[in-house]
Amino acid sequence: MLKPNNSSGKLIVVEGIDGSGKSTQIDLIYKWLSEKGKSVYFSEWNSSPLVKSTTKKGKKSKVFTPTTFSLIQAADFADRWENQILPMLKAGVIVLADRYAFTGFARDVARGVDPEWVRNLYSFAYQPDLVLYFKVPLEVAVERITSGRTKLKYYEAGMDLKLAEKRTTSFELFQEKILKEYKKMSKEYEFSVLDATRPVHKQQKEVRKLVEHALKGWRGLPNPEYSARNYARRQSTKKKSESKE
Amino acid sequence: MAENKYYETGFPYRKDKKLPGKLIVVEGTDGVGRSTQVELLKKDLEKNGFAVSDTGLRRSKLTQEGLDEAKHGNALSPLTNSLFYATDFADRLENQIIPALRAGFIVLSDRYFYSIIARDVVRGIDPDWARKVYGFALIPDIVLYLKADIDTLITRIVHGRGFNYWEAGMDILQEDNLYDSFKKYQAHMIDEFDHMTKEFNFHAIDANLSINRTHQEIMQHIQPILDEYNK
Repeated sequence: MLKPNNSSGKLIVVEGIDGSGKSTQIDLIYKWLSEKGKSVYFSEWNSSPLVKSTTKKGKKSKVFTPTTFSLIQAADFADRWENQILPMLKAGVIVLADRYAFTGFARDVARGVDPEWVRNLYSFAYQPDLVLYFKVPLEVAVERITSGRTKLKYYEAGMDLKLAEKRTTSFELFQEKILKEYKKMSKEYEFSVLDATRPVHKQQKEVRKLVEHALKGWRGLPNPEYSARNYARRQSTKKKSESKE
Repeated sequence: MAENKYYETGFPYRKDKKLPGKLIVVEGTDGVGRSTQVELLKKDLEKNGFAVSDTGLRRSKLTQEGLDEAKHGNALSPLTNSLFYATDFADRLENQIIPALRAGFIVLSDRYFYSIIARDVVRGIDPDWARKVYGFALIPDIVLYLKADIDTLITRIVHGRGFNYWEAGMDILQEDNLYDSFKKYQAHMIDEFDHMTKEFNFHAIDANLSINRTHQEIMQHIQPILDEYNK
Protein backbone atom coordinates (compact mmCIF):
# COMPACT_ATOMS: atom_id res chain seq x y z
CA MET A 1 0.00 0.00 0.00
CA LEU A 2 1.08 3.58 -0.52
CA LYS A 3 2.28 5.77 2.34
CA PRO A 4 0.44 8.90 3.46
CA ASN A 5 2.00 12.12 2.22
CA ASN A 6 3.53 13.65 5.34
CA SER A 7 5.64 16.16 3.47
CA SER A 8 4.84 19.85 3.18
CA GLY A 9 4.31 19.53 -0.59
CA LYS A 10 1.31 18.46 -2.63
CA LEU A 11 1.23 15.58 -5.06
CA ILE A 12 -1.19 15.65 -7.97
CA VAL A 13 -1.17 12.93 -10.61
CA VAL A 14 -2.99 12.27 -13.85
CA GLU A 15 -3.78 8.77 -15.01
CA GLY A 16 -5.59 7.21 -17.95
CA ILE A 17 -4.93 5.07 -20.99
CA ASP A 18 -3.05 6.37 -24.03
CA GLY A 19 -5.23 8.82 -25.92
CA SER A 20 -7.25 9.92 -22.89
CA GLY A 21 -5.92 13.47 -23.18
CA LYS A 22 -4.38 13.55 -19.70
CA SER A 23 -1.08 15.12 -20.79
CA THR A 24 -2.94 18.06 -22.35
CA GLN A 25 -4.80 18.58 -19.08
CA ILE A 26 -1.76 18.39 -16.82
CA ASP A 27 0.12 20.79 -19.07
CA LEU A 28 -2.70 23.32 -18.63
CA ILE A 29 -2.65 22.83 -14.86
CA TYR A 30 1.10 23.35 -14.82
CA LYS A 31 0.83 26.69 -16.63
CA TRP A 32 -2.15 27.80 -14.57
CA LEU A 33 -0.48 27.06 -11.22
CA SER A 34 2.82 28.60 -12.30
CA GLU A 35 1.07 31.80 -13.32
CA LYS A 36 -0.62 31.90 -9.93
CA GLY A 37 2.89 32.07 -8.48
CA LYS A 38 3.04 28.53 -7.12
CA SER A 39 6.19 26.45 -7.11
CA VAL A 40 5.39 23.58 -9.40
CA TYR A 41 7.46 20.62 -10.53
CA PHE A 42 6.58 18.27 -13.37
CA SER A 43 7.64 14.63 -13.58
CA GLU A 44 6.88 12.26 -16.41
CA TRP A 45 6.60 8.48 -16.45
CA ASN A 46 9.61 6.60 -17.77
CA SER A 47 11.94 9.59 -18.04
CA SER A 48 14.87 8.83 -15.76
CA PRO A 49 18.14 9.33 -17.64
CA LEU A 50 19.93 6.68 -15.57
CA VAL A 51 17.57 3.89 -16.51
CA LYS A 52 17.01 4.98 -20.09
CA SER A 53 19.75 2.95 -21.80
CA THR A 54 18.52 -0.28 -20.23
CA THR A 55 14.89 0.34 -21.14
CA LYS A 56 15.90 1.17 -24.68
CA LYS A 57 18.02 -1.94 -24.99
CA GLY A 58 15.32 -4.22 -23.62
CA LYS A 59 12.68 -2.77 -25.88
CA LYS A 60 14.86 -2.97 -28.95
CA SER A 61 15.91 -6.58 -28.42
CA LYS A 62 12.45 -7.51 -27.10
CA VAL A 63 13.88 -9.39 -24.14
CA PHE A 64 11.59 -7.94 -21.50
CA THR A 65 9.37 -10.37 -19.64
CA PRO A 66 6.41 -9.02 -17.65
CA THR A 67 8.57 -9.21 -14.50
CA THR A 68 11.66 -7.47 -15.88
CA PHE A 69 9.51 -4.85 -17.59
CA SER A 70 7.76 -4.17 -14.32
CA LEU A 71 11.04 -3.97 -12.39
CA ILE A 72 12.79 -1.62 -14.81
CA GLN A 73 9.79 0.73 -14.79
CA ALA A 74 9.85 0.63 -11.00
CA ALA A 75 13.58 1.43 -11.09
CA ASP A 76 12.82 4.41 -13.32
CA PHE A 77 10.15 5.57 -10.91
CA ALA A 78 12.44 5.02 -7.89
CA ASP A 79 15.14 7.16 -9.48
CA ARG A 80 12.69 9.98 -10.07
CA TRP A 81 11.21 9.44 -6.61
CA GLU A 82 14.53 9.68 -4.78
CA ASN A 83 16.04 12.44 -6.88
CA GLN A 84 13.10 14.59 -7.96
CA ILE A 85 9.64 13.89 -6.55
CA LEU A 86 10.44 13.34 -2.86
CA PRO A 87 12.92 16.22 -2.47
CA MET A 88 10.49 18.57 -4.24
CA LEU A 89 7.61 17.49 -2.00
CA LYS A 90 9.77 17.99 1.09
CA ALA A 91 10.63 21.49 -0.11
CA GLY A 92 6.91 22.32 -0.21
CA VAL A 93 6.41 22.13 -3.97
CA ILE A 94 3.37 21.00 -5.93
CA VAL A 95 4.53 17.97 -7.87
CA LEU A 96 2.52 17.17 -10.98
CA ALA A 97 3.07 13.65 -12.26
CA ASP A 98 2.04 12.49 -15.70
CA ARG A 99 1.37 8.85 -14.77
CA TYR A 100 2.28 7.39 -11.40
CA ALA A 101 2.53 3.99 -9.71
CA PHE A 102 -1.02 3.24 -10.92
CA THR A 103 0.24 3.00 -14.49
CA GLY A 104 2.65 0.33 -13.31
CA PHE A 105 -0.11 -1.52 -11.48
CA ALA A 106 -2.47 -1.40 -14.48
CA ARG A 107 0.02 -2.36 -17.18
CA ASP A 108 1.95 -4.95 -15.21
CA VAL A 109 -1.13 -6.75 -13.96
CA ALA A 110 -2.53 -6.66 -17.51
CA ARG A 111 0.73 -8.38 -18.52
CA GLY A 112 0.18 -11.08 -15.92
CA VAL A 113 2.26 -10.22 -12.86
CA ASP A 114 0.81 -10.65 -9.40
CA PRO A 115 -1.15 -7.56 -8.24
CA GLU A 116 0.16 -7.70 -4.67
CA TRP A 117 3.73 -8.17 -5.81
CA VAL A 118 3.72 -5.06 -8.00
CA ARG A 119 1.98 -3.03 -5.28
CA ASN A 120 4.83 -3.87 -2.93
CA LEU A 121 7.39 -2.61 -5.46
CA TYR A 122 5.96 0.91 -5.23
CA SER A 123 5.07 0.83 -1.54
CA PHE A 124 7.72 3.46 -0.71
CA ALA A 125 5.71 6.09 -2.63
CA TYR A 126 3.03 8.43 -1.26
CA GLN A 127 -0.68 8.27 -1.93
CA PRO A 128 -1.24 11.43 -4.00
CA ASP A 129 -3.36 14.30 -2.68
CA LEU A 130 -5.30 14.13 -5.91
CA VAL A 131 -5.53 11.46 -8.60
CA LEU A 132 -7.21 12.72 -11.75
CA TYR A 133 -8.32 9.73 -13.77
CA PHE A 134 -9.31 10.54 -17.35
CA LYS A 135 -11.84 7.95 -18.27
CA VAL A 136 -12.41 7.35 -21.93
CA PRO A 137 -14.20 4.56 -23.79
CA LEU A 138 -11.84 2.15 -25.53
CA GLU A 139 -13.08 3.02 -29.03
CA VAL A 140 -12.43 6.71 -28.53
CA ALA A 141 -8.90 6.17 -27.24
CA VAL A 142 -8.05 3.74 -30.01
CA GLU A 143 -9.38 6.16 -32.62
CA ARG A 144 -7.34 9.02 -31.16
CA ILE A 145 -4.14 6.96 -31.05
CA THR A 146 -4.34 5.15 -34.35
CA SER A 147 -5.48 8.10 -36.45
CA GLY A 148 -3.00 10.63 -35.18
CA ARG A 149 0.41 9.09 -35.60
CA THR A 150 2.82 6.49 -36.86
CA LYS A 151 2.85 2.79 -36.23
CA LEU A 152 2.33 1.55 -32.69
CA LYS A 153 5.47 0.27 -30.98
CA TYR A 154 5.88 -3.37 -29.95
CA TYR A 155 5.47 -3.02 -26.18
CA GLU A 156 3.07 -0.11 -26.48
CA ALA A 157 0.75 -2.37 -28.48
CA GLY A 158 1.23 -5.17 -25.92
CA MET A 159 2.62 -7.45 -28.63
CA ASP A 160 4.62 -9.32 -25.97
CA LEU A 161 1.33 -10.67 -24.65
CA LYS A 162 0.65 -12.49 -27.91
CA LEU A 163 -2.98 -11.45 -27.86
CA ALA A 164 -3.24 -10.86 -31.60
CA GLU A 165 -1.12 -10.82 -34.74
CA LYS A 166 -2.14 -7.32 -35.79
CA ARG A 167 -0.74 -4.43 -33.79
CA THR A 168 -3.93 -2.40 -33.68
CA THR A 169 -5.96 -5.41 -32.54
CA SER A 170 -3.34 -6.28 -29.93
CA PHE A 171 -3.35 -2.65 -28.76
CA GLU A 172 -7.12 -2.69 -28.33
CA LEU A 173 -7.10 -5.92 -26.34
CA PHE A 174 -4.21 -4.70 -24.18
CA GLN A 175 -5.89 -1.35 -23.47
CA GLU A 176 -9.09 -3.17 -22.58
CA LYS A 177 -7.24 -5.12 -19.90
CA ILE A 178 -5.66 -1.90 -18.62
CA LEU A 179 -9.05 -0.19 -18.42
CA LYS A 180 -10.29 -3.04 -16.25
CA GLU A 181 -7.37 -2.55 -13.87
CA TYR A 182 -7.99 1.20 -13.66
CA LYS A 183 -11.59 0.48 -12.82
CA LYS A 184 -10.54 -1.79 -9.96
CA MET A 185 -8.16 0.86 -8.64
CA SER A 186 -10.62 3.78 -8.75
CA LYS A 187 -11.95 3.03 -5.30
CA GLU A 188 -8.82 1.53 -3.81
CA TYR A 189 -6.85 4.72 -4.47
CA GLU A 190 -9.66 7.30 -4.44
CA PHE A 191 -9.48 8.41 -8.05
CA SER A 192 -11.36 11.55 -9.10
CA VAL A 193 -12.91 10.29 -12.30
CA LEU A 194 -13.27 12.69 -15.23
CA ASP A 195 -15.19 12.18 -18.44
CA ALA A 196 -12.41 12.51 -21.02
CA THR A 197 -14.78 12.66 -23.98
CA ARG A 198 -15.87 16.21 -23.05
CA PRO A 199 -14.27 19.27 -24.67
CA VAL A 200 -10.81 20.11 -23.33
CA HIS A 201 -11.78 23.44 -21.72
CA LYS A 202 -14.78 21.94 -19.94
CA GLN A 203 -12.62 19.21 -18.51
CA GLN A 204 -10.05 21.80 -17.48
CA LYS A 205 -12.69 23.79 -15.61
CA GLU A 206 -13.60 20.72 -13.58
CA VAL A 207 -9.94 19.83 -13.08
CA ARG A 208 -9.16 23.30 -11.72
CA LYS A 209 -11.99 23.03 -9.22
CA LEU A 210 -10.62 19.72 -7.98
CA VAL A 211 -7.09 21.13 -7.77
CA GLU A 212 -8.30 24.20 -5.88
CA HIS A 213 -10.10 21.97 -3.44
CA ALA A 214 -6.99 19.84 -2.92
CA LEU A 215 -4.88 22.96 -2.28
CA LYS A 216 -7.40 24.74 -0.07
CA GLY A 217 -5.85 26.30 3.02
CA TRP A 218 -2.39 25.12 2.02
CA ARG A 219 0.63 27.36 1.59
CA GLY A 220 3.64 25.85 -0.02
CA LEU A 221 6.99 27.16 -1.03
CA PRO A 222 6.66 30.59 -2.72
CA ASN A 223 8.43 31.15 -6.03
CA PRO A 224 11.51 33.43 -5.99
CA GLU A 225 9.56 36.44 -7.29
CA TYR A 226 6.94 36.13 -4.56
CA SER A 227 9.58 35.40 -2.02
CA ALA A 228 11.46 38.60 -2.99
CA ARG A 229 8.25 40.66 -2.94
CA ASN A 230 7.36 39.36 0.52
CA TYR A 231 10.84 40.13 1.73
CA ALA A 232 10.62 43.69 0.39
CA ARG A 233 7.23 44.15 2.05
CA ARG A 234 8.59 42.99 5.39
CA GLN A 235 11.55 45.35 5.00
CA SER A 236 9.34 48.37 4.33
CA THR A 237 7.05 47.62 7.27
CA LYS A 238 10.13 47.36 9.43
CA LYS A 239 11.40 50.72 8.20
CA LYS A 240 8.04 52.37 8.73
CA SER A 241 7.83 51.15 12.29
CA GLU A 242 11.40 52.30 12.87
CA SER A 243 10.72 55.82 11.54
CA LYS A 244 7.69 56.11 13.81
CA GLU A 245 9.82 55.51 16.86
CA MET B 1 4.51 -34.11 -12.07
CA ALA B 2 5.53 -32.03 -9.10
CA GLU B 3 5.42 -28.24 -9.29
CA ASN B 4 8.29 -25.80 -9.23
CA LYS B 5 8.60 -23.99 -5.93
CA TYR B 6 8.86 -20.21 -5.72
CA TYR B 7 9.29 -18.04 -2.64
CA GLU B 8 6.00 -16.20 -3.09
CA THR B 9 4.23 -15.35 -6.31
CA GLY B 10 6.68 -16.77 -8.84
CA PHE B 11 5.79 -15.88 -12.43
CA PRO B 12 1.99 -16.21 -12.70
CA TYR B 13 2.13 -15.84 -16.51
CA ARG B 14 4.63 -18.68 -16.99
CA LYS B 15 3.40 -22.19 -17.39
CA ASP B 16 6.60 -24.12 -16.73
CA LYS B 17 6.26 -27.82 -16.06
CA LYS B 18 8.51 -29.21 -13.36
CA LEU B 19 12.04 -28.32 -14.42
CA PRO B 20 14.25 -31.41 -14.66
CA GLY B 21 17.56 -29.66 -13.83
CA LYS B 22 18.95 -28.79 -10.42
CA LEU B 23 19.77 -25.36 -9.08
CA ILE B 24 22.79 -25.15 -6.80
CA VAL B 25 23.57 -21.74 -5.33
CA VAL B 26 26.90 -20.74 -3.81
CA GLU B 27 26.61 -17.72 -1.52
CA GLY B 28 28.97 -15.83 0.75
CA THR B 29 30.78 -12.55 1.27
CA ASP B 30 33.53 -11.07 -0.90
CA GLY B 31 36.86 -12.84 -0.55
CA VAL B 32 35.38 -16.04 0.80
CA GLY B 33 36.49 -18.02 -2.27
CA ARG B 34 33.12 -18.40 -3.99
CA SER B 35 34.33 -18.27 -7.58
CA THR B 36 37.18 -20.69 -6.85
CA GLN B 37 34.73 -23.15 -5.35
CA VAL B 38 32.23 -22.76 -8.17
CA GLU B 39 35.02 -23.50 -10.66
CA LEU B 40 36.17 -26.59 -8.79
CA LEU B 41 32.61 -27.80 -8.45
CA LYS B 42 31.96 -27.33 -12.12
CA LYS B 43 35.06 -29.30 -13.09
CA ASP B 44 34.18 -32.11 -10.73
CA LEU B 45 30.63 -32.37 -11.94
CA GLU B 46 31.64 -32.29 -15.59
CA LYS B 47 34.27 -34.96 -14.91
CA ASN B 48 31.43 -37.11 -13.66
CA GLY B 49 29.39 -36.51 -16.78
CA PHE B 50 26.95 -33.83 -15.62
CA ALA B 51 26.00 -30.97 -17.91
CA VAL B 52 26.71 -27.81 -15.95
CA SER B 53 25.72 -24.22 -16.60
CA ASP B 54 27.21 -21.44 -14.51
CA THR B 55 25.87 -17.96 -14.04
CA GLY B 56 27.10 -15.15 -11.85
CA LEU B 57 25.69 -12.06 -10.33
CA ARG B 58 25.43 -9.02 -12.61
CA ARG B 59 25.99 -10.73 -15.90
CA SER B 60 22.75 -9.96 -17.67
CA LYS B 61 23.29 -8.33 -21.03
CA LEU B 62 20.18 -6.26 -20.45
CA THR B 63 21.43 -4.40 -17.41
CA GLN B 64 25.22 -4.72 -17.65
CA GLU B 65 25.72 -1.39 -19.36
CA GLY B 66 23.40 0.49 -17.03
CA LEU B 67 25.02 -0.97 -13.94
CA ASP B 68 28.52 -0.23 -15.22
CA GLU B 69 27.53 3.33 -16.01
CA ALA B 70 26.14 3.69 -12.53
CA LYS B 71 29.36 2.42 -10.95
CA HIS B 72 31.53 4.80 -12.91
CA GLY B 73 29.41 7.89 -12.96
CA ASN B 74 26.64 8.99 -10.67
CA ALA B 75 25.90 6.26 -8.21
CA LEU B 76 22.26 5.24 -8.13
CA SER B 77 20.30 5.98 -4.97
CA PRO B 78 19.53 2.92 -2.79
CA LEU B 79 15.99 2.16 -4.04
CA THR B 80 16.89 2.64 -7.68
CA ASN B 81 19.98 0.52 -7.28
CA SER B 82 17.99 -2.18 -5.54
CA LEU B 83 15.38 -2.34 -8.32
CA PHE B 84 18.08 -2.28 -10.97
CA TYR B 85 19.71 -5.35 -9.45
CA ALA B 86 16.30 -6.99 -9.15
CA THR B 87 15.73 -6.41 -12.89
CA ASP B 88 19.10 -7.96 -13.61
CA PHE B 89 18.37 -10.94 -11.39
CA ALA B 90 14.93 -11.55 -12.89
CA ASP B 91 16.38 -11.33 -16.38
CA ARG B 92 19.00 -13.96 -15.61
CA LEU B 93 16.50 -16.17 -13.85
CA GLU B 94 13.96 -16.12 -16.68
CA ASN B 95 16.31 -15.97 -19.65
CA GLN B 96 19.26 -18.08 -18.46
CA ILE B 97 18.67 -20.14 -15.34
CA ILE B 98 15.14 -21.42 -16.07
CA PRO B 99 15.92 -22.37 -19.71
CA ALA B 100 19.04 -24.24 -18.52
CA LEU B 101 17.03 -26.05 -15.85
CA ARG B 102 14.41 -26.89 -18.45
CA ALA B 103 17.13 -28.42 -20.60
CA GLY B 104 18.13 -30.58 -17.64
CA PHE B 105 21.34 -28.81 -16.70
CA ILE B 106 22.80 -28.57 -13.26
CA VAL B 107 22.93 -24.83 -12.79
CA LEU B 108 25.61 -23.39 -10.55
CA SER B 109 24.76 -19.89 -9.50
CA ASP B 110 27.62 -17.84 -8.10
CA ARG B 111 25.38 -15.87 -5.71
CA TYR B 112 21.62 -15.51 -5.82
CA PHE B 113 19.32 -12.76 -4.59
CA TYR B 114 20.40 -13.24 -0.96
CA SER B 115 23.59 -11.21 -1.52
CA ILE B 116 21.59 -8.47 -3.16
CA ILE B 117 19.23 -8.27 -0.20
CA ALA B 118 22.15 -8.22 2.24
CA ARG B 119 23.76 -5.42 0.26
CA ASP B 120 20.49 -3.47 0.11
CA VAL B 121 19.68 -3.83 3.79
CA VAL B 122 23.16 -2.66 4.81
CA ARG B 123 22.36 0.44 2.73
CA GLY B 124 19.14 1.15 4.57
CA ILE B 125 16.53 -0.67 2.49
CA ASP B 126 13.56 -2.14 4.34
CA PRO B 127 14.29 -5.90 4.74
CA ASP B 128 10.65 -6.98 4.31
CA TRP B 129 10.21 -4.90 1.19
CA ALA B 130 13.36 -6.39 -0.33
CA ARG B 131 12.25 -9.95 0.41
CA LYS B 132 8.87 -9.35 -1.23
CA VAL B 133 10.53 -7.95 -4.33
CA TYR B 134 12.16 -11.36 -4.83
CA GLY B 135 8.89 -13.23 -4.31
CA PHE B 136 9.17 -14.37 -7.94
CA ALA B 137 12.42 -16.29 -7.29
CA LEU B 138 12.69 -20.01 -7.76
CA ILE B 139 13.66 -21.85 -4.56
CA PRO B 140 17.07 -23.48 -5.21
CA ASP B 141 17.63 -27.18 -4.59
CA ILE B 142 20.44 -26.20 -2.24
CA VAL B 143 22.12 -23.01 -1.03
CA LEU B 144 25.72 -23.44 0.03
CA TYR B 145 26.71 -20.58 2.30
CA LEU B 146 30.48 -20.21 2.44
CA LYS B 147 31.26 -18.66 5.76
CA ALA B 148 34.63 -17.35 6.90
CA ASP B 149 35.92 -15.05 9.64
CA ILE B 150 36.93 -11.50 8.80
CA ASP B 151 40.62 -12.36 9.41
CA THR B 152 40.42 -15.12 6.82
CA LEU B 153 38.74 -12.78 4.34
CA ILE B 154 41.48 -10.21 4.84
CA THR B 155 44.36 -12.65 4.18
CA ARG B 156 42.62 -13.76 1.00
CA ILE B 157 41.93 -10.24 -0.22
CA VAL B 158 45.50 -9.10 0.53
CA HIS B 159 46.99 -12.12 -1.26
CA GLY B 160 44.40 -11.97 -4.00
CA ARG B 161 42.79 -9.09 -5.82
CA GLY B 162 43.42 -6.44 -3.16
CA PHE B 163 40.93 -4.15 -1.44
CA ASN B 164 38.35 -2.45 -3.60
CA TYR B 165 36.04 0.51 -3.06
CA TRP B 166 32.72 -1.33 -3.41
CA GLU B 167 33.68 -4.48 -1.52
CA ALA B 168 34.77 -2.22 1.30
CA GLY B 169 31.45 -0.37 1.32
CA MET B 170 33.29 2.94 0.96
CA ASP B 171 30.14 4.40 -0.59
CA ILE B 172 28.30 4.24 2.72
CA LEU B 173 30.75 4.04 5.59
CA GLN B 174 32.61 7.04 6.95
CA GLU B 175 36.05 5.46 7.10
CA ASP B 176 39.16 7.12 5.68
CA ASN B 177 40.72 3.88 4.40
CA LEU B 178 39.75 0.65 2.65
CA TYR B 179 41.02 -1.68 5.35
CA ASP B 180 38.87 -0.33 8.19
CA SER B 181 35.93 0.08 5.90
CA PHE B 182 36.23 -3.46 4.53
CA LYS B 183 36.33 -4.91 8.04
CA LYS B 184 33.22 -3.06 9.13
CA TYR B 185 31.31 -3.58 5.92
CA GLN B 186 31.96 -7.31 5.67
CA ALA B 187 31.01 -7.75 9.33
CA HIS B 188 27.63 -6.16 8.48
CA MET B 189 27.27 -8.45 5.50
CA ILE B 190 28.08 -11.55 7.57
CA ASP B 191 25.42 -10.45 10.07
CA GLU B 192 22.86 -10.25 7.28
CA PHE B 193 23.83 -13.66 5.91
CA ASP B 194 23.61 -15.15 9.39
CA HIS B 195 20.07 -13.77 9.71
CA MET B 196 19.13 -15.43 6.46
CA THR B 197 20.67 -18.81 7.22
CA LYS B 198 17.60 -20.26 8.91
CA GLU B 199 15.05 -18.30 6.92
CA PHE B 200 16.32 -19.54 3.55
CA ASN B 201 17.65 -22.87 4.69
CA PHE B 202 21.33 -22.24 3.92
CA HIS B 203 23.85 -25.05 4.29
CA ALA B 204 26.69 -23.32 6.11
CA ILE B 205 30.14 -24.41 4.98
CA ASP B 206 33.23 -23.55 6.99
CA ALA B 207 35.27 -21.66 4.41
CA ASN B 208 38.18 -20.88 6.78
CA LEU B 209 39.59 -24.27 5.78
CA SER B 210 41.81 -24.88 2.76
CA ILE B 211 40.40 -24.76 -0.75
CA ASN B 212 40.44 -28.55 -0.97
CA ARG B 213 38.84 -29.22 2.40
CA THR B 214 36.11 -26.71 1.62
CA HIS B 215 35.53 -28.35 -1.75
CA GLN B 216 35.23 -31.76 -0.13
CA GLU B 217 32.69 -30.42 2.31
CA ILE B 218 30.70 -28.92 -0.54
CA MET B 219 30.71 -32.25 -2.40
CA GLN B 220 29.30 -33.98 0.66
CA HIS B 221 26.48 -31.46 0.93
CA ILE B 222 25.43 -31.75 -2.70
CA GLN B 223 25.59 -35.54 -2.87
CA PRO B 224 21.89 -35.99 -2.03
CA ILE B 225 20.98 -33.57 -4.83
CA LEU B 226 23.07 -35.56 -7.30
CA ASP B 227 21.57 -38.84 -6.11
CA GLU B 228 18.09 -37.46 -6.66
CA TYR B 229 19.06 -36.16 -10.07
CA ASN B 230 20.45 -39.57 -11.06
CA LYS B 231 17.28 -41.38 -10.09
